[in-house]
Amino acid sequence: MIPAPFDYEVAESVEHAVELLGSREDAKVLAGGHSLIPLLRLRFTRPALLVDIGRIDELRYVRDAGDKLAIGGMTRHHNVQHDPLVQEHCPVLSYAAGLIGDPQVRHRGTIGGSLAHADPAADFPAVLTALEAEVVIRGPEGERTVPVGEFVTGVFDTVLRPQDVLTEIRVPKLGPTGWSYLKFTRRAQDWATVGVTAIVRRSNGTVDSAAIALTNMAPKPVRAKAAEQALTTPNDIEAAAEASLEGTDPPSDTQGSADYRRHLARVLVRRALGEAISS
Amino acid sequence: MLALSFSLCRKELAVGQVSITVNGAEHILELEPRELLVYVLRERLGLTGTNVGCDTSSCGACTVLLDGESVKSCTLLGVQVDGHEITTIEGLATNGTMHPVQEAFHEQHGLQCGYCTPGFIMAAVSLLDETPNPSEEEIRHALEGNLCRCTGYQNIVRAVQAAAGVEV
Ligand SMILES: Cc1cc2nc3c(=O)[nH]c(=O)nc-3n(C[C@H](O)[C@H](O)[C@H](O)COP(=O)(O)OP(=O)(O)OC[C@H]3O[C@@H](n4cnc5c(N)ncnc54)[C@H](O)[C@@H]3O)c2cc1C
Ligand code: FES
Ligand code: FES
Repeated sequence: MIPAPFDYEVAESVEHAVELLGSREDAKVLAGGHSLIPLLRLRFTRPALLVDIGRIDELRYVRDAGDKLAIGGMTRHHNVQHDPLVQEHCPVLSYAAGLIGDPQVRHRGTIGGSLAHADPAADFPAVLTALEAEVVIRGPEGERTVPVGEFVTGVFDTVLRPQDVLTEIRVPKLGPTGWSYLKFTRRAQDWATVGVTAIVRRSNGTVDSAAIALTNMAPKPVRAKAAEQALTTPNDIEAAAEASLEGTDPPSDTQGSADYRRHLARVLVRRALGEAISS
Repeated sequence: MLALSFSLCRKELAVGQVSITVNGAEHILELEPRELLVYVLRERLGLTGTNVGCDTSSCGACTVLLDGESVKSCTLLGVQVDGHEITTIEGLATNGTMHPVQEAFHEQHGLQCGYCTPGFIMAAVSLLDETPNPSEEEIRHALEGNLCRCTGYQNIVRAVQAAAGVEV
């Protein structure tokens, strides 16, 4: 399968990328290419111009930014997985990165690309929703910052405008918390049929706060607020699992029916909370 | 017709020349941006050891090393690797002596039809470079991007263990 013809330009800097994206109708950013190239091959998308941001080395980093980590948009899954700062301050993000696709995919795919692509079945968008991360975007009018919860607007849809480049993701450091990411797949290497992120802070037998986010249970990541509120002591796990379906709208597809996904979500929320609370 | 081919020609030249080092040898190529790396290797350079199994980024038969790391060459554009180094299965042996991972696949009978083998070997080389002493579980997890329809994987895993120096 060969993509339809397109032009190709290498961006030397973020400013250059923004400029190139404005130079043509229907120009598209090429990052790791691990969502875009499969779509090009199937000719599901036929951009006139690809602007390759893969050579902008200053978009690959993980930095300590006080109470947050700043992660460059072009940081590859492999590096998110193995970065010592991510492992120390956001272990759930490192762990989830290691479950994306396979090593070959993780050597190329980027965290910015995963968010920008906004596949409801992708791992990072929901994990970053639970982490209350922020997305930094650079466009022709300068820079703006958007909470991840507002960044994804629907299936493959985000607030990114045609000339925008996602440059950074800011993730609050977790501090002492229990966490879990459970991803249910039919085959190794697959996207999540359903995924659950759970982050729990607790003291003296009570749960002080919980953040629960669901992957592939709606067109965009779901923050399971009702479940979070239901969880005030470790004994409330069952009630939280029941409440986790509020606000969901799961798809039916070859991986599973909507009903099956609802079942999975309840089971996985229960297990994830159990793991997070005991970790 | 002439005008058309001229403009196509200019379009290709506008991409500029691409320089790719494959198995240690530099190649200067003029590529259309849409040319996938696997076809650059197979059709432009005649390196047909890298196979196309699925063309949908799933099977790993097309795995090569990009600057030492495993990648699926059906999911890269040739132009993306301009200035970089690619290693294919043809580049592993030195002076006619097989690479230890090749030797281990041979010794442990890590193949039947052999179609998936170049991809598995490249994936295993990358794994052992990152994790020289992987557990069996780590090996299985690391080979998730490669499919084999013949062997049932047992001897493939054994071959990677043997290459890592484990008594099998
Ligand atoms: C076999 C296989 C298995 C996979 N399994 C999983 C999985 O289990 N879980 C999972 O989450 N993902 C999975 N993926 C997807 C993978 O994680 C992709 O790498 C990721 O979704 C896209 O990142 P990318 O850097 O490759 O982006 P690209 O493919 O280059 O781009 C994707 C889209 O985002 C846009 N874009 C990219 N970066 C930016 C940016 N910085 N600014 C603005 N726009 C941008 C592009 O224009 C394009 O529309 C899999 C992919 C493959 C091929
Ligand atoms: S041919 Fe590239 S992954 Fe199957
Ligand atoms: S040996 Fe035949 S596909 Fe693996």
